[in-house]
Amino acid sequence: MKRSRLQRRIGISGRGLVVALPYLWLLLFFAVPFAIVLKMSFSAVAMAIPPYRPLIVWYAKHALEIKLNLNNYAFLFTDKLYGDAFLNSIKVAFVSTVFCLLIGYPMAYGIARAKAKTRNILLVLVVLPFWTSQLLRVYAWIGLFKANGVINNVLIRLGVIHNPLTMLFTPFAMYVGIVYSYLPYVILPLYANLEKMDWQLIEAAEDLGCRPWAAFCKVTLPLSRNGILAGSMLVFIPAVGEFVIPTLLGGPNSLMIGRILWDEFFANRAWPVASAVAILMLLLLVPLMMWYQSIQARETAGAS
Amino acid sequence: MTTSAGQAAKSTPWNDPNAQAYLQIERVSKSFGDFKAVDDVSLKIYKGEIFCLLGASGCGKTTLLRMLGGFERPSSGRILIDGEDMTEVPPYDRPVNMMFQSYALFPHMNVEQNVAFGLKQDRVPKAEVRERVRAMLELVKLGDFAKRKPSQLSGGQRQRVALARSLVKRPKVLLLDEPLAALDKKLREHTQFELIGLQEQLGVTFLVVTHDQEEAMTLASRIGVMDHGEIVQAGTPSEIYEFPNSKFVADFIGSVNIFEGTLIEDEPEHVRIRSAELGGTIYVSHGISAAPEAVVWAALRPEKILMSIQPPPGADNVARGAVQDIAYLGDLSIYLVKLPTGKVVRVTQPNTSRHGEAIGWDREVYLSWDHSSPVIVTR
Repeated sequence: MKRSRLQRRIGISGRGLVVALPYLWLLLFFAVPFAIVLKMSFSAVAMAIPPYRPLIVWYAKHALEIKLNLNNYAFLFTDKLYGDAFLNSIKVAFVSTVFCLLIGYPMAYGIARAKAKTRNILLVLVVLPFWTSQLLRVYAWIGLFKANGVINNVLIRLGVIHNPLTMLFTPFAMYVGIVYSYLPYVILPLYANLEKMDWQLIEAAEDLGCRPWAAFCKVTLPLSRNGILAGSMLVFIPAVGEFVIPTLLGGPNSLMIGRILWDEFFANRAWPVASAVAILMLLLLVPLMMWYQSIQARETAGAS
Repeated sequence: MTTSAGQAAKSTPWNDPNAQAYLQIERVSKSFGDFKAVDDVSLKIYKGEIFCLLGASGCGKTTLLRMLGGFERPSSGRILIDGEDMTEVPPYDRPVNMMFQSYALFPHMNVEQNVAFGLKQDRVPKAEVRERVRAMLELVKLGDFAKRKPSQLSGGQRQRVALARSLVKRPKVLLLDEPLAALDKKLREHTQFELIGLQEQLGVTFLVVTHDQEEAMTLASRIGVMDHGEIVQAGTPSEIYEFPNSKFVADFIGSVNIFEGTLIEDEPEHVRIRSAELGGTIYVSHGISAAPEAVVWAALRPEKILMSIQPPPGADNVARGAVQDIAYLGDLSIYLVKLPTGKVVRVTQPNTSRHGEAIGWDREVYLSWDHSSPVIVTR
């Protein structure tokens, strides 16, 4: 292949360029900011701009001083608030994941077994909400849930209830918001998995004496395990750090780690503490992400 | 010819009007929209038979098989197994098992678990499951592969797992959908005889769907030839081969030369046909039922034609032509002989002698055949 003059001058091939670009992107917008946050988490709070003391000080007499301040981390472990928020985040993420699976699995199954034409329409419908901002969609739930909102008005009109139900700013509203927002992330990987499924296996199971439900439990479910895991990870990981939905729909009791992060950063201007929270959250989620990656790798290896 | 002891021992219940059919298909039809996949099929299959449904793809044979398995519901008609109406019974309650063309082995289970699946489903006691699975795996010579996953097996081994899985439940009827299609030729021939051996050993009634006529001929006690959703002819392999009832069957089973002609002599014990395609007359030593002057077809198998350099005696059943092409197949050779009318006749000759006088290209030859060889069909 002929190389362009530019390529020859800088000495890298087109292939190298294609590979290098995303890495450069990740380096600039992930690795560098992460390094900054990590550095910040080890510095001390100060009334300054930016509101923390520098970690590395260069003295004129050829001396370099690096002061690692572990207080921020220690603080997170001494104040019960942070531990509770962490646990609560994990609980909320877990419950939301379970509900997403319970609702998303039948939907993915239905789409995978639909006729090819309807299948595309159904998939578009699943993806359609992404075309509006998530913030707007969560706000819309406020309109549904509030005391004189759509749901309460309809129920009162129908005579089911006489006084409006309190739904807004409850854990219930928060769960609805999270499950609603993350549902497509469960449906899409599950659909991709079920769509590859050999339905003759179900017939074989029925032929060997399984009623449809037993055939589902013994064949379809174990074979869609990777789809279930992928979908769960895609909900669980972002849901742990979710900030917008608990803030807008959840009550004051639904203290989640994302909220803490926000408060520390903006309200308290405790950037180092906020950074430490972020680092701990990452430490919690990275093993999960790595596990998910290995499943993904296995899935691709199995497909080829 | 006297019947040999072996043939006498093999019963032929289909010739006995009082015999009880084991699997009975009564006027079954199946439509998908406007398309009639299976059109008014009636069949009686007897206990211990290997019945082959033979037909080209899309002829409805698989749909018929799926109705027997319970995966499709007939649009009309009834299916009885051992006297019980099975038409509305779901697959999991039928005393039949199916061996799928794709084998449909459960990829997340090993060989043993695959075979045990059906027994566990029936809540057979654990010890018995273990024993029956072990015995079945021995039978299909997979004893050493019990712990392997299907993905770690060869095509032939997978086929045997599928067979073991569907036989271990001791079904009344085993349905086999193209059981050998995925195997290579050598393995296929070997497996055919294994299948027959297994069937004789277990006494299970087999219903095999295949598009491969050779496979059907080897396996079947009887063959049902299907076309456009209908059974066009059912009979033993030799009946189907020697006495096809239509051009379609004659052409579908083996290779055949078909000469169009008109009936010029129609007696109870012989007929004579003038064929413009042949450029002569065909004399057949059996009567047929057709109107005089009717257009009929004479079907003549390539191996029943004699090829000679010298003109044979007699005026009927003779043609002259030039060898246009020769295909040497080792055990036999195929000659394509072009008649002056332009018709090309296929002749096969066994290569009996190693240094015999070979008939070469462009050689003028005479073709002749016995008056019992052609079969006259009217459609």
